[in-house]
Amino acid sequence: MLTIRIIPCLDVKNNMVVKGKKFKNIKTLADPVELAKKYRDSGADELVFYDISATHEGRDIFLDTVRNIAKNIDIPFTVGGGIRTINDFTNALFAGADKISVNSAAVKNPELINEAANKFGNQCVVLSLDVKTVGNQWKIYVNGGRKNTGLDAIQWAIEGVQRGAGELVINAIDEDGIQSGYAIDLMQAIANVVNVPIIASGGAGKLEHFKDILTGDYVDGALAASVFHYNMIEIPTLKAYLAKNNINVRRI
Amino acid sequence: MIVIIDYGVGNILNVKNGFERIGLKPILTDVPTVILQADLAILPGVGAFNAAMHQLKSRGLDKVIIQRANSSKPIVGICLGMQLLFESSLEHGKTKGLDLLKGTIVPFKTHLKVPHMGWNNLFHQKSDLVNQGLPKDAFVYFVHSYYLEGFDEADLVSYTEYDVKVPAIVRKRNVVGMQFHPEKSGEVGQQLLKNLKELVQ
Repeated sequence: MLTIRIIPCLDVKNNMVVKGKKFKNIKTLADPVELAKKYRDSGADELVFYDISATHEGRDIFLDTVRNIAKNIDIPFTVGGGIRTINDFTNALFAGADKISVNSAAVKNPELINEAANKFGNQCVVLSLDVKTVGNQWKIYVNGGRKNTGLDAIQWAIEGVQRGAGELVINAIDEDGIQSGYAIDLMQAIANVVNVPIIASGGAGKLEHFKDILTGDYVDGALAASVFHYNMIEIPTLKAYLAKNNINVRRI
Repeated sequence: MIVIIDYGVGNILNVKNGFERIGLKPILTDVPTVILQADLAILPGVGAFNAAMHQLKSRGLDKVIIQRANSSKPIVGICLGMQLLFESSLEHGKTKGLDLLKGTIVPFKTHLKVPHMGWNNLFHQKSDLVNQGLPKDAFVYFVHSYYLEGFDEADLVSYTEYDVKVPAIVRKRNVVGMQFHPEKSGEVGQQLLKNLKELVQ
């Protein structure tokens, strides 16, 4: 039986993993390959690496990091951040990424999703959505959560999948970094309208949050950063807890 | 010597990385004589069936692979590479495959999500050199939207369940296929890659 996926997310700049709440006090944490190995050995099912450097030199350094990860890590990983063109897709895939996550650039140019899916297959195109509650609606934000695009999140999810996205990562930015639980209503609403895997992101703080979002089979995985980076939750403990709660996990 | 057949589709570096992690030094090549002489040849692949067949044919590699299979030297298809070993595929219309094994590649017809993406467990139809040494609950990483149907039961080594029975490892003498990605399947994957090495006589 297909298992749910536990996915640590690593923000990378200049070949270092960083984690800072709202980017203000960015804190250098670790070597990406070393941290990735640690997560792989503790039972992570997949990893996500975001390039947060946002410069051309940063981009090149990041691709070296990706090559290094691909050499050393034998579980699947997604690369995102700064993916703007089909060329960026090509570079990251040929550096060894299994999937490429695209966000703002797809909002600006939705055809990028079609182009990438046609060229590389739907399975390696991940559409990442930054979603914020505005009134009684869910809206798509870009530029690191600063700019409201006015797009309705549900409609955008449907369109993204129609255009060829093979997986959605739904990042609830109201919940991001405050560790009060995943945005269950949002994830359910999107799961009801698409038939591709959905990864929930934003809000993980304790074991129960993972159980709450992973019970009921509508999301396929849960992504988190701080709780893993700061050792608040160990993956073997998390998986044992989920298994005890009848959630199908891969135990190693 | 292990060769990975390089025919211009997708990223095949990860398969190379996988073998290097278990201490082997595979080479990437599209040279027929090298492919024919190697102790073990790997046919990787991601993307669409018809595009991959087209690439193989345009390089004359379809005939090389068939010749190698007939020479009884081991040839292993991984993911799309496994699918190419069969008679045909219904992906984007019907396309003929290498026809080394009996069966057709068909789309999933399921209420479950497609692609079948993630970690799923193996059930063993029989004990074979290629599925030795695995833990009781062995999970491997799958990513595919099409699967094998109408195969010869005698060729089935291991399978998984995704609404239907999905062949995961097939083998007919020297021709082996793996539908999942052993190079992305952690410890279990490493064991499977080591098993492939054992195919070399």
